[in-house]
Amino acid sequence: MDFITQLFADPATYRLLTIVILSIFLGIEVISRVPSVLHTPLMSGANAIHGVVIIGAIIVMGQAHSDDYLALILGFLSVVLGTLNVVGGFVVTDRMLEMFDKKKKKKTT
Amino acid sequence: MTEILLPLSYLIGSVTFIIGLKMLSHPDSARKGNLVAAVGMTIAILATIFLYTDENGNKLGNYAWIFGGLVIGTIVGTLAAKRVQMTAMPEMVSLFNGMGGACAMLISIIEFKHHTSIPADLYEEAGASALKMIPGTLFITIIVGMVIGSVSFAGSIIAWGKLNGKIKDFSFNGQHIVNLLLLGIITALTVYVVAVRPDATVALFYAILVISLLYGVLFVFPIGGADMPVVISLLNSFTGVAAAFGGFLYNNPVMLTGGILVGSAGTILTILMCKAMNRSLKNVLIGSFGGAKASGGGGAKEQGNYKEISLNDTAVLMAYASKVMIIPGYGLAVAQAQHVCHELEKILQEKGVEVAYGIHPVAGRMPGHMNVLLAEADVPYEKLLEMEDANDQMSSTSVVMILGANDVVNPAAKEDPSSPIYGMPILEVERAEHVIVNKRSMKPGYAGIENELFFRPKTSMLFGDAKKVLQDLVSELKQV
Repeated sequence: MDFITQLFADPATYRLLTIVILSIFLGIEVISRVPSVLHTPLMSGANAIHGVVIIGAIIVMGQAHSDDYLALILGFLSVVLGTLNVVGGFVVTDRMLEMFDKKKKKKTT
Repeated sequence: MTEILLPLSYLIGSVTFIIGLKMLSHPDSARKGNLVAAVGMTIAILATIFLYTDENGNKLGNYAWIFGGLVIGTIVGTLAAKRVQMTAMPEMVSLFNGMGGACAMLISIIEFKHHTSIPADLYEEAGASALKMIPGTLFITIIVGMVIGSVSFAGSIIAWGKLNGKIKDFSFNGQHIVNLLLLGIITALTVYVVAVRPDATVALFYAILVISLLYGVLFVFPIGGADMPVVISLLNSFTGVAAAFGGFLYNNPVMLTGGILVGSAGTILTILMCKAMNRSLKNVLIGSFGGAKASGGGGAKEQGNYKEISLNDTAVLMAYASKVMIIPGYGLAVAQAQHVCHELEKILQEKGVEVAYGIHPVAGRMPGHMNVLLAEADVPYEKLLEMEDANDQMSSTSVVMILGANDVVNPAAKEDPSSPIYGMPILEVERAEHVIVNKRSMKPGYAGIENELFFRPKTSMLFGDAKKVLQDLVSELKQV
């Protein structure tokens, strides 16, 4: 109980909690109706977006002491993995959607 | 002035994620939406690198390491994403998802190490000043972020292995109980580590890590390959939540909105996917095909004989048909036969035969898989019929050609309540005059269920690799 009171007493935490609740509803609203052909690209796009975790990796990396090799190596690894997630995610999504674009052009010609 | 630039970039990032997701859910704007989100991400990343300062106003260091990581990740990620075959898209998404999970996991490990290395008497002060957080919340955030990240990482890797055939389905009796038990242990250990001073329980922290990884593996192992898209989508939303915990950790709004958006949108998407297959999420996760196989297969009815048809007969049958419907499945994708398939369609059309494609929403390994594949071969958009339209036209179709599809045409889904796929809408091919099934062998489909369609009187089997068969069929047709 003490823990929960603390949680609400701290304005920064409280603000973050508000963002969380609102984002949950927003996420549901935003994709409530999607045609099934778009399920895969949408999933792939969402996959790229959660690559935003890379920002945490960059902060960890940037704050590591230059003699703390374990932190440096793990941080470096997490930057690489995060980048893979972001870049790979967006490029794969684009490739999938490119196919749809081609289709549409065919339709108009 | 400069101090508002970072929050502003994060705000832009959050907004582009929302707009991007919104645009991604409409066919016309989807590609732009992806680009919008990518631009927002780039802004947020660059702003973090150059503008982020900690509580004491120190900028980030180790630029060489950061940019080194970014460059390597970008090159490898781009190459992998550009080179991957259209057929292997699903496992690629799963793999990238796993990378994100691993990233969240590593961040938590480093942060835990960092915060437990602070001497006990300075703990309160240092912990509070570094992250503006009360220690209890801090460690819960770190551990939960790590648990979700590692479950997502391990699960995605297993899903990846399953989709490319490296890992087979595996389940044992009482697996769900073991999984629940593991989850219980993870929760109990987390509570204990947070309640007791975390620096005294470092070993337990790593125990949580190992158990989480194990849980991720066991969670995905028993789930049938046909359900893999649903699982990947679910793991995708897990990683979103893990990223959001990172947002909590660094008090970072863009990580939080991005992560939670994907978490909630991903969950909804998972449910939508289940609906498209007419299965509930619970069914996918607990009533796995692995378990159903034993009972469904065991109770199989007496199977009749199937009849084969020669290439020549097929060619003649098709050439003199008024309308041919092609039903593609994963077999077509595996054989890379989409281009030959388009050729077949063109040749038939030259002969005055009407050709259409019947696309089941879950044909292939992911929803939309077949659409993407056929679009790659330049098959015109209007030839691809969705399931309802295809079924409406079925009775006026003379020949249905099934290319490497199985479960999506299995009549058991309509007729046999004991079948694991009972209730799934199917393409009702039997309403057509003739059904020709191209398969490599009589082996059951990915869900591991016998298909009675092959033994029905209307059905003829044409064995062989889809690409080879279609090539031969095209040359036969040229002679007819």
